[in-house]
Amino acid sequence: MSAIVTLRNVSAGYDGRPALEDVTLEIEQGQFVGVLGPSGSGKTTLLRTLLGTVPVQRGEVLIDGRRVSGAGRTPAGYVPQLQTVDWNFPITVEEVVLLGRAMNSGVLPWPRREDRERMYGVLERLGIAAYAKRHIRALSGGQQQRVFLARALMRDSKLLLLDEPTTGVDIATRDDVLHLLGELNRDGVTIIITTHELNAVAAHLPSIICLNRRLIAHGSPEDVFTPAILGRTYNASMHVVEHDGMRLVAENPHLSQALRGNGPDHGAHHVEHVH
Amino acid sequence: MERTTLSTFTDPLSYQFMQHALVAATLVGGLCGMIGVYVVLRRMSYIGHGMSHAVFGGAVVGYVLGWNFYLVAGGWGFISALLINQVTRRRQIGADAAIGIITTASFAFGVALISRGKHFTRNFDAALFGNLLGISRQDLYLIAATCLVMLVVVFFLYKQLLFVTFDPEVAPTYGVPTGPIDVVFALILAATIIVSIKIMGVTLIAASLVIPPVIARLLTSSFWKILILSTVLGAVTGFAGIYISYYQNVASGATIVLLAAAMFVVVMMGTVLRQYLPLGRVDGRASEVIGTAALPPDLDVH
Repeated sequence: MSAIVTLRNVSAGYDGRPALEDVTLEIEQGQFVGVLGPSGSGKTTLLRTLLGTVPVQRGEVLIDGRRVSGAGRTPAGYVPQLQTVDWNFPITVEEVVLLGRAMNSGVLPWPRREDRERMYGVLERLGIAAYAKRHIRALSGGQQQRVFLARALMRDSKLLLLDEPTTGVDIATRDDVLHLLGELNRDGVTIIITTHELNAVAAHLPSIICLNRRLIAHGSPEDVFTPAILGRTYNASMHVVEHDGMRLVAENPHLSQALRGNGPDHGAHHVEHVH
Repeated sequence: MERTTLSTFTDPLSYQFMQHALVAATLVGGLCGMIGVYVVLRRMSYIGHGMSHAVFGGAVVGYVLGWNFYLVAGGWGFISALLINQVTRRRQIGADAAIGIITTASFAFGVALISRGKHFTRNFDAALFGNLLGISRQDLYLIAATCLVMLVVVFFLYKQLLFVTFDPEVAPTYGVPTGPIDVVFALILAATIIVSIKIMGVTLIAASLVIPPVIARLLTSSFWKILILSTVLGAVTGFAGIYISYYQNVASGATIVLLAAAMFVVVMMGTVLRQYLPLGRVDGRASEVIGTAALPPDLDVH
């Protein structure tokens, strides 16, 4: 498999201050990757660096072997955090989705027939074709996430970048979104998501990137869910327990103590087994 | 009765100034309605208000120096728009404060110049509140040309303007050149305000930029429908406002704004009533503006 994303010694950020420092990593085509890290660790900056909207101060960024040379030139679909969307904006589902072709569908204000057909194909695939004429606010959380996913898919890209797609949604919607992303990934789309949810999201993904301005670790949850790596990622004492073959993180030290039966704290550098 | 109604419409047309005023107000109303959609949705209503005041300073300078009003006021307005844009990007100063400083300083400069030459006062009453008599044939040509150019720009940049207005953070990642689009929009706004000054008056332009889109927003949730509806509403209020202004002998700008405000009240009351009375299907549009309390049961709204 060839790398779809390559970063070589990349430092990137705003106003000369790097939010990412000396990051080197490769993501293979067809992977499903979660990016972890505390607030301000550079997760969103990483996505935006891949999209070419954050100035690269040092190093180089390659997407599918080609150097990223500016905003909008990365062949990737991007789904922003839903919290940033203005839900009162007068816009229907189909109007949002068609924006995905804004720069590729000619100069006339109305969509070309092939763009409209493609839009309905994408909406059908995501199960929201019936809502095409509705206002974006008149949808459930999962459907709203699908609208913005549909816009990203309109770019016909093999790389999808999603910024915290499961933040602020209920459990059913979160599962729905992850299931859908899993389906797209099985169809060959490389997916990179940022998340704060270690157990509910990251633990279920095949590949994890731990970031705290610098790359801390990159590997499977089994590889990176260790107290040492998570401790360096979050600058906090993190406890890892193994439950039914899955590694879970006790983010709250008190919870960790409870899981260990209020035993003495031996530090953070071991994995505990809970049955 | 029929003849009286007809003559109500035809009598004012016997005056050339009324013919000019009607065409100008209809075109300017439509233009403000169209551009106002972007102004409102970009949350720039205050900028529209401030820009018109800033342009006043340029208008006075042009008048004092005997230079072309549109040229000086236009340049002044565009520079003000760019200055506002630059200052608001510096995060130490809030956007509202930046607009307040630049636009009021420009307005104050105009007032200071006027106070030194009292004979300007009458002309500047018209500049402040709009005047039916002030529209020349040259003004009409300029207004028509500006409307045509704006229509062409909005037509061909429809998708880019929509993307930048709806999702300015994400638009560049899809290849939309947000910087140039913002500059184009600053130009559009400056041009709209300048060609509207004579008919609307500096102090009332902001209302004609804001009220038609807000009424349209109450009536539909689709962007392109709002754009068309707001343009039509602006043109209708401009046209009807001039007739009322003629018969009631009230300043043209004030009449147009009051008419638009009355339409807003009626539509607002209608949407509120539709929520509480079983008058047929409601699709939640009013609720999106007012709140979410009265959304129809078939919508699963968060």
